[in-house]
Amino acid sequence: MQLRYFAWVRERIGLDAEIVDLPGGIATVADLLDWLASRDEGYASAFAEREIIRVALDQEHAEHDAPLAGVREAAFFPPMTGG
Amino acid sequence: MASTPKSYQDTSPPVDVRIQSGDFDVAAEIERLRQSHPNIGAVVTFTGLCRDEGGRLAALELEHYPGMAEAEITRIAREACARWPLDGLTAIHRHGRIEPGGNIVLVVAASRHRRAAFEAAEFLMDYLKTRAPFWKKEHLKDGTSGTWVDARDSDTRDADRWKA
Repeated sequence: MQLRYFAWVRERIGLDAEIVDLPGGIATVADLLDWLASRDEGYASAFAEREIIRVALDQEHAEHDAPLAGVREAAFFPPMTGG
Repeated sequence: MASTPKSYQDTSPPVDVRIQSGDFDVAAEIERLRQSHPNIGAVVTFTGLCRDEGGRLAALELEHYPGMAEAEITRIAREACARWPLDGLTAIHRHGRIEPGGNIVLVVAASRHRRAAFEAAEFLMDYLKTRAPFWKKEHLKDGTSGTWVDARDSDTRDADRWKA
């Protein structure tokens, strides 16, 4: 799965994109966030305030309980501040 | 993304969404809509500018999610077209470095009558602020950089009022 990170999530992780093979047992966005946050300090810092992280699956907004089956691209970012 | 050619049966108004680093010309965008439709009675424009924040801001840097930015604003624009009788709707959002006084975003809503144009422009902006994937980072005149602008609760409330 392709993962993309934006704004301070990107800065804390130190990457803007990566391709990962998901381990078994990861079914939802929340599962993926738990797994990512356990990878190292950067990810842990990016996802410390888990509830404010916004998610897009294949470039559409999604909730943390959304299933990942069939998803090609998941993106994680802070609340948006455009306009 | 330019609007696609319309078939004879398609009565939905043209939606023109563009994400670009370059500037835009408000008058030219009004003229483009005016020429596209002979029966427009009202054009409402909203332009969002970069403030100087009391003189301390050197520039904003706007990061965006290419692809999703166009797709999400297009979804919001189509929702506006479903809610109000519009004859055209244009949304342009810039990315990259923008200095105080510079243009950030433009919405142009055209309709036969004013109320639909006013409301659609406001709706598009309210949803764009909370749903379009853009993030602002401040660069300050004292050389400090790196403060990400926080999302405002009032923007969420502004968007929520359209759900009623």
